[in-house]
Amino acid sequence: MFASPRSPLMLAMHIPDGFLSLGVALVFWALAMVIVSIATRRTQQDLADRQIPLMGVMAAFIFAAQMLNFPVAGGTSGHLLGGALAAMVLGPWGGILVMTAVIAVQALLFQDGGLLAMGANIINMGVVPALIGYGLYRSVAAAPPKLRAVGIGAAAWLSVEAAALLASLQLWLSGTVALAVVLPAMLGVHALIGVGEALITVAALAAIARIRPDLSGVAAVRGRGSRAWVWGGMLMSLGVVLLSPWASSHPDGLERVAADLGFLGNEQDAALHGLSGYTLPYFSNSGVATIGAGIIGIVVVAAVVSAFVFVLRRRYRTA
Amino acid sequence: MHVDPFDSYRAGNSLIHELDPRPKLLFTLAFIISTTLLPDGAWLSLALAFMTVLGISLIARLPLGYAIKRSLLALPFTLAALTVIFVVPGQPLLTMSIGPWTLRPTDAGLIRFASIVSRSLISVQMAILLTATTPFPDLLHAMRHIHVPRSLVAIISFMLRYLFVLVDEALRLLRARSARSAGERPTRGILWQAQIAGHMAGQLFVRSFERSDRIYDAMLARGYTGYLYTLHTHIIQRRDWLAAAGAVIILSVIQLAAHLP
Repeated sequence: MFASPRSPLMLAMHIPDGFLSLGVALVFWALAMVIVSIATRRTQQDLADRQIPLMGVMAAFIFAAQMLNFPVAGGTSGHLLGGALAAMVLGPWGGILVMTAVIAVQALLFQDGGLLAMGANIINMGVVPALIGYGLYRSVAAAPPKLRAVGIGAAAWLSVEAAALLASLQLWLSGTVALAVVLPAMLGVHALIGVGEALITVAALAAIARIRPDLSGVAAVRGRGSRAWVWGGMLMSLGVVLLSPWASSHPDGLERVAADLGFLGNEQDAALHGLSGYTLPYFSNSGVATIGAGIIGIVVVAAVVSAFVFVLRRRYRTA
Repeated sequence: MHVDPFDSYRAGNSLIHELDPRPKLLFTLAFIISTTLLPDGAWLSLALAFMTVLGISLIARLPLGYAIKRSLLALPFTLAALTVIFVVPGQPLLTMSIGPWTLRPTDAGLIRFASIVSRSLISVQMAILLTATTPFPDLLHAMRHIHVPRSLVAIISFMLRYLFVLVDEALRLLRARSARSAGERPTRGILWQAQIAGHMAGQLFVRSFERSDRIYDAMLARGYTGYLYTLHTHIIQRRDWLAAAGAVIILSVIQLAAHLP
């Protein structure tokens, strides 16, 4: 009755080792280290000696909550990634710290996500969802309930979409994927996953508010600097909303920007060099072709995942 | 019910099991970095790296296929990398027409794809060997020594301690839902089911939060002042230095094989 710790669909987000170039992996490791050490210090200040038991149990909570699922068509299921929810109930720094612990345990214990790629995974699934989740959550905190629910749902959906966008870009900068196919496919698949994330997050917050109204945001880092999070979250969301469709339909444009900024065309970087100036032999640049690529991507991924789920299910049923 | 698939440690008393966790963790990281650095098509180096994985499995007395089988978990990700076959400039191998599109896999693209997949699988296999031969508490201890923030390590060790408790709690919620027939055969729409799953998550949060309160109170009652003390039982011995020296030689050979003409 007990399958793998997490459903295969979520594997799409945890980047394993070998898919990021050393340069990309180290840049995101450095970024993650700075942010996580700030998060450690901030939560220490706010929670004092409660920090370790509270954050530890909350990390276990997110891990366990990722197992709560509901069946969607085709043997797949909707479930939680939890980054946005963690930031909404524990505050942004608490959310980041908890997600870091979850990602570290998943990588170290289950090889779910790489060790070298862990920095990128922490940024994608911990920091960005905290920024978007908490930022948008705070900005609708005073709104009437219906609007609030919509805002929370949008925040959860966007946090998944942003993580998918970032992961695609990291893979592309590492020279391991063709952006023109992978970006629409990743965004398409995660647009569906994000719906599950949004529905569960909204319902979970509503349930918490009903069972323990005193708890909603009680452990959140109170007040301090929340305006910065709201603005940061809004900017990031706006960036995702604007960048995703544009990048999906004009990967060449993105490539030109990257080249102008000096990311691509750097002759010394072998991994990037191979991909700079590539042409797509089978997709023209029109929007129709991109949408076509997206749909094909979704169908292929869905088929593979369904087959994977089917095999896993049979294995665990017989085991 | 105890959750067995979570325990990736395979007890044993081989040389690999008995090594200090610090050099093991550092070697695994160095090995993954070294593998990531291998250029496309460095088959000799990739073979040497893979033989290292097999060699360590042998010394650790693990079944040879153990790491290989588990590393297949990373395979769904190769789907994304499949796209490089068609975009890396090179000699086109053949031309396939599927509907309106023409696919031209190139030789360079194929080499890039095979290299990415091999690098990834070998890296994942080494990480699997690390967790299979090192108890997790020892791994945490090693993390503290390579300057992972002290409180983050403490949080992770707390998480691990209560992981099983909360996973059991989640499984109980799932079982209760199945018993009330909302789970296996959906009778109502997806929206309603998502709402049920969300309420379960909320319920689980409240239970976890209250549990953390009780744990904290219990810790205070036992004199907790914000520090967790551990007994340092690990001492670097001669065999650890020898193993480290062997590791440096292996990694150098792998890198030399890739970069020498």
